[in-house]
Amino acid sequence: MISFHEVVKKNEGAILSAWIEEMVKGVRRADLMTDTELKQQARELLGLFAKAAESSSEAESEAFLQTREFLREIAKSRMDQGFTPTETARFVLSLKQPIFHALRDALKGNPSDLVNEVWASGNLLDRLALFTVDSAVEFRDQVIGRQQEEMLELSTPVVKLWDGVLALPLIGTLDSARTQVVMESLLSAIVETNSQIAIIDITGVPTVDTLVAQHLIKTITAARLMGADCFLSGIRPAIAQTIVHLGIDLVDVQTKAKLSDAFAMALSRMGKVVVARKPAAGMALGSKAKDN
Amino acid sequence: MASRSEVHPIAGAADVVKVRQVARSWALELKLSLVDQTKLVTAASELARNTLDHGHGGTMRVEQVENGLRRGIKLTFEDKGPGIPDIAMALRDGYTTSGGLGLGLSGSRRLVNEFDIKSEVGRGTIVAITRWK
Ligand SMILES: Nc1ncnc2c1ncn2[C@@H]1O[C@H](COP(=O)(O)OP(=O)(O)OP(=O)(O)O)[C@@H](O)[C@H]1O
Ligand SMILES: [Mg+2]
Repeated sequence: MISFHEVVKKNEGAILSAWIEEMVKGVRRADLMTDTELKQQARELLGLFAKAAESSSEAESEAFLQTREFLREIAKSRMDQGFTPTETARFVLSLKQPIFHALRDALKGNPSDLVNEVWASGNLLDRLALFTVDSAVEFRDQVIGRQQEEMLELSTPVVKLWDGVLALPLIGTLDSARTQVVMESLLSAIVETNSQIAIIDITGVPTVDTLVAQHLIKTITAARLMGADCFLSGIRPAIAQTIVHLGIDLVDVQTKAKLSDAFAMALSRMGKVVVARKPAAGMALGSKAKDN
Repeated sequence: MASRSEVHPIAGAADVVKVRQVARSWALELKLSLVDQTKLVTAASELARNTLDHGHGGTMRVEQVENGLRRGIKLTFEDKGPGIPDIAMALRDGYTTSGGLGLGLSGSRRLVNEFDIKSEVGRGTIVAITRWK
């Protein structure tokens, strides 16, 4: 009985050219990848596949370790190039047709062997294709995780309002991870800019519960230890009532309804006075609180 | 009588956010005042986090309830976690076993109209709250 790995080994050259021809017609994305690169990947994969198939027909076996590693590399590089996981899987699956053709020719007089070998090789390629999908998804998850972390960094906008006055306008849901990052960046900004006053504005925070309050209180206490005063602004009426009912104690914290009020308080604390150039000009403060 | 209800899983931090959104949208639909919405959402946030952190995850059921002419929203948090040995103690302001503020349970009781807690050590905890319009 002839098994598929012998057929593949014997017809490696023909299978490779039929496979490449097929891909150039169909699954290849010429916009993402050059011919040379595609041919080289195909040749290397087929070589590894043919060699591994000599000793095993299990995709998960030791024999296919190198094949799997190579597929992982391909999954990664293709994802970087912009291929979808499906497209990468199709690269592996498209090897079926030339192998099946070669089997058909080699096992002409023996339909039952042909069915067996088609099934065995097909099954193997299916599993290898699934493996590339898993790898691609895994890489994609890693990228998403990294981007999330980058977003955390991005969404910590500590702004300097005046020499010695920082503001931290918080926007959105304060889950634990993000709050931690935001608060730490405020504390380090206080040190870096040698500020005496920091204003935390929570206008854009939809819910203030005990966890958020605890983070705020900890940050304010830490800032105080570093010699800076924290003001809290943007507490909307509904949130103020909720805080009171929850029993959160903010009596030690300087609070103002609006960021602009807190800024004015900061300036006066620092001995600065804002005066209009002309009595008629209404624009006293440059900072506006957004209310939503 | 409940007219309609939904159950949401609480298995991770993202589910706490989801629970708040669900509570808010049901509160909006019933046209609760902004203050009442905020109170209900904040209580939901506290109880969902307790379900997650202390109860090792569970579910929240949300339903619209009626009592004569009054309508309200009832939220039921259920977990199969370790349970609470001393409920009276857990309901005290400042009592915490986890380094929190210890205000989640006692505070959320003050934020709603009805508060009902059942807990059995080793079996789990059920907290039901209702905010009437
Ligand atoms: N679902 C629960 N399962 C088991 N124990 C709970 C549960 N909910 C609350 N507890 C216990 O009750 C205590 C008080 O809960 P409470 O929510 O008031 O405070 P906390 O969660 O510790 O802190 P926080 O103020 O941040 O909510 C908890 O520390 C915990 O020991
Ligand atoms: Mg709690």
